Amino acid sequence: MNASQVVEVPPPLVAGTLPGSRDFWLARLRDMVLMRRFEERCADLYGQLKIRGFLHLYIGEEAVAAGAMPALAPDDAVVATYREHGQALARGVSAKAIMAEMYGKREGCCRGRGGSMHLFDAATRFYGGNAIVGGGLPLGVGLALADKLQSRPHVTAVFFGEGAVAEGVFHESLNLAALWRLPVAFFCENNLYAMGTALARSESQTDLCAKAGTFRIPTAKVDGMDVVAVYQAACAAVASVRAGNGPYFVEFQTYRYRAHSMFDPDLYRDKGEVDAWKKRGPIHALTNRMKGAAQLTEEEFAAIDASAIGQVEDAVAFAEAGTWEPVEDLTREVCAEARP
Amino acid sequence: MKTTYREAVRAGLHDALVNDPSVFMMGEDIGKYGGSYAVTKGFLDEFGPERIRDTPLSELAFVGAGIGAALGGMRPIVEVMTVNFSLLALDQIVNTAALYRHMSGGQFHVPLVVRMATGAGRQLAAQHSHSLENWYAHVPGLTVVAPAIVDDARGMLAAALASPDPVIIFEHALLYNFEGELTDAWKSADVRTAKVLRNGGDVTLIAWGGTVWKALQAASDLAAAGVDAEVIDLRVLRPLDDATVMTSIRHTRRAVLVDEGWRSGSLAAEVMARILEQAFYDLDAPVARVCTEEVPIPYAKHMEEAALPQPAKIVAAVQRMLGKG
Repeated sequence: MNASQVVEVPPPLVAGTLPGSRDFWLARLRDMVLMRRFEERCADLYGQLKIRGFLHLYIGEEAVAAGAMPALAPDDAVVATYREHGQALARGVSAKAIMAEMYGKREGCCRGRGGSMHLFDAATRFYGGNAIVGGGLPLGVGLALADKLQSRPHVTAVFFGEGAVAEGVFHESLNLAALWRLPVAFFCENNLYAMGTALARSESQTDLCAKAGTFRIPTAKVDGMDVVAVYQAACAAVASVRAGNGPYFVEFQTYRYRAHSMFDPDLYRDKGEVDAWKKRGPIHALTNRMKGAAQLTEEEFAAIDASAIGQVEDAVAFAEAGTWEPVEDLTREVCAEARP
Repeated sequence: MKTTYREAVRAGLHDALVNDPSVFMMGEDIGKYGGSYAVTKGFLDEFGPERIRDTPLSELAFVGAGIGAALGGMRPIVEVMTVNFSLLALDQIVNTAALYRHMSGGQFHVPLVVRMATGAGRQLAAQHSHSLENWYAHVPGLTVVAPAIVDDARGMLAAALASPDPVIIFEHALLYNFEGELTDAWKSADVRTAKVLRNGGDVTLIAWGGTVWKALQAASDLAAAGVDAEVIDLRVLRPLDDATVMTSIRHTRRAVLVDEGWRSGSLAAEVMARILEQAFYDLDAPVARVCTEEVPIPYAKHMEEAALPQPAKIVAAVQRMLGKG
């Protein structure tokens, strides 16, 4: 069976009115355009050898981070994966600090010790940047446990791909969170491929909500290309979690346009499939919808795009001007300097 | 005051739970069952289910949850029943706990304590008799300790909890029933230094955890044969306290390592390498080691005993070194 044959592309979004304020959706559009322009530039910079190592682009999946992040409060926690540039930007980590991190510069958000896969930011409670598939799940469960034990009204949102569902730790973590009714939102970004392995080629049960549901937690399956649907589903999940109902699982059905990483020749899927999903692009979808509701003009979109490009160029200039951490500091940040 | 190792560990945990409301415990069978080594018996009734949390058999998830809880401001003490099962949690310990400070450029740190029983000697056969302390001691970002005497069983936990970074505590399963004299030294136990347990001038025996009493027994046997052995309890397996080891060797000029791990790639090998790097010209003889034989731990009692370091093997190694073997 050809992997591409098992993938159904949902129908295009219908233009219509938008819930909530125009300003709110303009902000989501700005977030998505910034992610897109930022990562397109990252791909260029990779070609120029400015960025090295693994680089996993989020292009195509922007609606998930852009829609889910505003459902969270500033004191909530976010745990993400190695494909986390979008989440970091949407959470408010500075584009400059992220770009400098990818350059490996001292001005990066992790002093250049982390790189693309390990973005962290204490100020926004952004806990990485986890590059072991499934590794962030129990961590998020523990953050939620700490909140519960300290009677804090916070929610921890854990982002992970559908590939993580095959890991034992997914099941262990959902069970623990459900058993202890912990305030954690499990946000699964189902982009249909774990590197090059399609979901149906690796899982006997491809209905991810059915899997999560066995732990007796509420689940939702959402069109992850539609930022409006993502936002609404994330709000419902976060509200339920914050109300003390325990964990919640949301499957965002999305698609990555680019290869898994810069090393991936992308041989495992049909170009036609990629093109079909591109027609449902999240930026395109929201733009059309806002235009249809007379909330956006072509000129306004062009201004948003130009502003995003400007922010990215500022970030590149910041990274270029950054400095290298001296090699004498190599063994810093392994353990605290003082030991009891 | 005489106390057992079990009582000492228990008292240390009890202190921590009483003194710091952010301390809580998680692990398999630590609550209702009372702990597989009865260390936490009665804790569930005293401290309640929020702070004494029985977990499912999900080592990877509950160790990971301990990391998250530590990041979230708590001071979790996670009990992994034995080192054998800790292999199921290795990913979270090595890939997350040990790396978070570094990967985040110092923004986050993980004040997590993981306790586990280790070692052989109870005819539990191949899958329940591992000594893999060296695996953990290999990893930058972790502190690894092995309390052997009751002072340390009582006091090292407080120092571990005071550490802002993850600490792995290995408790040799054979030690729980050991009785020893608790001295005031427990109040100043650290997670930095090795300790000389017996002074001697002819050879230094270096041991830790479950092999310490074997080294002390060997020293006693050697004394009867006119050989004066010094015994160092390494205590802290990462970072290693080179200074205490080298000071002793410059005095005795001979060293024998006693390690319950397998010889190849052992922690003993690391200590020997450091001795060669730092004290080669002070030595009167090649450094020797007594390790576990390169075989899975057998069930049959005589075979298990033959596989493990024993006082007689240590004595024989010293005698060979002195040209008396």
